[in-house]
Amino acid sequence: MVDTSLAGGGLAAARPDQRPNAPVGSADREGSGPVLQIASAQAARVGGREVPSAVARPIARPGTLRILLRNPAAAVGLAILFTVAVVALLAPLVFPGDPLDIAGPALLRPGTNAAFPFGTDSLGRNVAAGLAHGARITLTIGLAAAGLGLLIGVLVGSVAGYFGGRLDDLLVKLTEIFQTVPPFVLMIVLVAIFQPTVPTIITAIGIVSWPGVARVVRAEFRSLRNKDFVVAARGLGFGHRRIIFREILPNALPPIIVTASVMVAGAILAESAMSFLGLSDANAVSWGSMIGMGREQIRTAWYLTAIPGIAIVLTVLALNLIGDGLNDALNPRLSRSR
Amino acid sequence: MATTLLEVENLTVRFPRLAAVQDLSFSVGVGETLAIVGESGSGKSITALALMRLVPPPGRITGGSIRFDGRELTALPDAAMRKVRGAEIAMIFQEPMTSLNPVLTIGRQIGETVRLHEGVSRRIARARAIELLDLVRIPEPHRRVDDYPHQLSGGMRQRVMIAMAVICRPKLLIADEPTTALDVTIQAQVLALLDNLRRELSMGLLLITHDLGIVGQWADRVVVMYASRKVEEGSPDAILDAPWHPYTQGLMAASPRHAGDLHYRRTPLVEIPGSITSAFGETGCPFVPRCALAEARCREVVPPPLSLGDHLVACVRHDPFKEAADVALAG
Repeated sequence: MVDTSLAGGGLAAARPDQRPNAPVGSADREGSGPVLQIASAQAARVGGREVPSAVARPIARPGTLRILLRNPAAAVGLAILFTVAVVALLAPLVFPGDPLDIAGPALLRPGTNAAFPFGTDSLGRNVAAGLAHGARITLTIGLAAAGLGLLIGVLVGSVAGYFGGRLDDLLVKLTEIFQTVPPFVLMIVLVAIFQPTVPTIITAIGIVSWPGVARVVRAEFRSLRNKDFVVAARGLGFGHRRIIFREILPNALPPIIVTASVMVAGAILAESAMSFLGLSDANAVSWGSMIGMGREQIRTAWYLTAIPGIAIVLTVLALNLIGDGLNDALNPRLSRSR
Repeated sequence: MATTLLEVENLTVRFPRLAAVQDLSFSVGVGETLAIVGESGSGKSITALALMRLVPPPGRITGGSIRFDGRELTALPDAAMRKVRGAEIAMIFQEPMTSLNPVLTIGRQIGETVRLHEGVSRRIARARAIELLDLVRIPEPHRRVDDYPHQLSGGMRQRVMIAMAVICRPKLLIADEPTTALDVTIQAQVLALLDNLRRELSMGLLLITHDLGIVGQWADRVVVMYASRKVEEGSPDAILDAPWHPYTQGLMAASPRHAGDLHYRRTPLVEIPGSITSAFGETGCPFVPRCALAEARCREVVPPPLSLGDHLVACVRHDPFKEAADVALAG
């Protein structure tokens, strides 16, 4: 998201051949935008009006990822998330067939049979296969629901923040209504009215998760809409849509990206919680539904709830670590003070 | 004077509690440079924004007409006005540091304007952007085109702003204190560049400034504004050498001069007493609270503009025609 918005047209083609010109020093500090901005502005004043372009050439593109990898917590988060993603992708190859099929004897403890490393549940289903296939569903729901929430939130927030006035009042009230209804209750109602399938679960989570984004985006737009460059864009004849999406939104992206990573975690937790209550797609295994099914045997076969529980904890933790890391990497105020 | 490009008549811009511009009239000819001078708060910048129909709410144009190139801008629908902005009237702002979008490359920002108004492809827009960067004398334009604004110095950013403004060959360029944020050597370069572009593209140039030095050097005609009204208008020579209005006289006296006591160690720099905020609520001449020559009749009505030739003044104490007659009779 960041990359494409920063790259713009024709940039990608021009970058590679210019990169070698940049001295190591400037390449190391790239990404910390405002710091460099100050540094290059000072350099420009000290060194006269022209600055040799090679010196003042910080590259915005790979900065964020590199900073993220240098932050140990965020690197761990990325590693965990990457592992989960690989497991999710490889699930149909490693565990072909339906993970809901009976695969062996019931309630096999983990480590007792090499064919079932994580054991089997009360119906003899392979826990390892469930875990791998569940990663797909869990990640899909997490990403799609966060995407939907992001879409609604960005649209509502940007329109409210940009236009202001009555429209803003109306949209803020709408946001507040959604925020005052307990999200979990609303979600359960939505899923209960429609059938609990993967798409309805995604929609329900998306519908309850947008108000937070909307508020973040609205605040950003309110502070950005009166910036000189927005007035300048208006002066060049740009319409509202162009100003919202091409001028202001790229500037508002950092907090949105950070919010998004935490939203994915929140969506995974919400899905798990609903599955635990039995509101899950009966034809798909998710980590939450595994916990829900293992709940009955929690005293005799605790591993049935613990294993998917650990998977959820790790994934959500990873997403939160990445969110923190992104916040550090993208928030100019924090990166300056360090 | 050349044919009239922009004709503003009795323009009034109001905010809920005050009028920012009142009964302002002036015109700009094709290829002409008109300077509007005045101190902060005199309504210069709001005038510029009003011409673009970009007065920030809750302010709005409440009266008068803006005729541009045969069209009445105050009556134009929003969509048509958007086509005028950037393509026919372009504007340069005071602060080049903040007037460029920090997350887009300058090439993209310059190109976006042509793409919007002329619907050309991305590639052509990029080529045009490079061409324009070259025109505003940015070295190595083919490399600079991919720079972000923070990689440029203030003077270069203002050049980029100028490139964005002139890429569609506007007929009128409004420059709102284009050099205030720049240091003196760069100021001269930017003004020379604007003047060259004005000639090459035969644009009208509306230069808004509070720097009288700039006025004398670059303007064809000058409008002096005080507290939302025009108080004097004329050629730079007339305004700078023999100002008629007490406010303009005060401005001239308050300009530092290089002759004599350069650092004002022995004599204080002349200033106009009071502040422009005292004009708020005045019924007569807005300058009365600060005017050393004010009389009772100054408080009665807003002085109507009186002119002799192309020199115009709004002061009841000053009747240029009568004075000229007196001089002629005495001579």
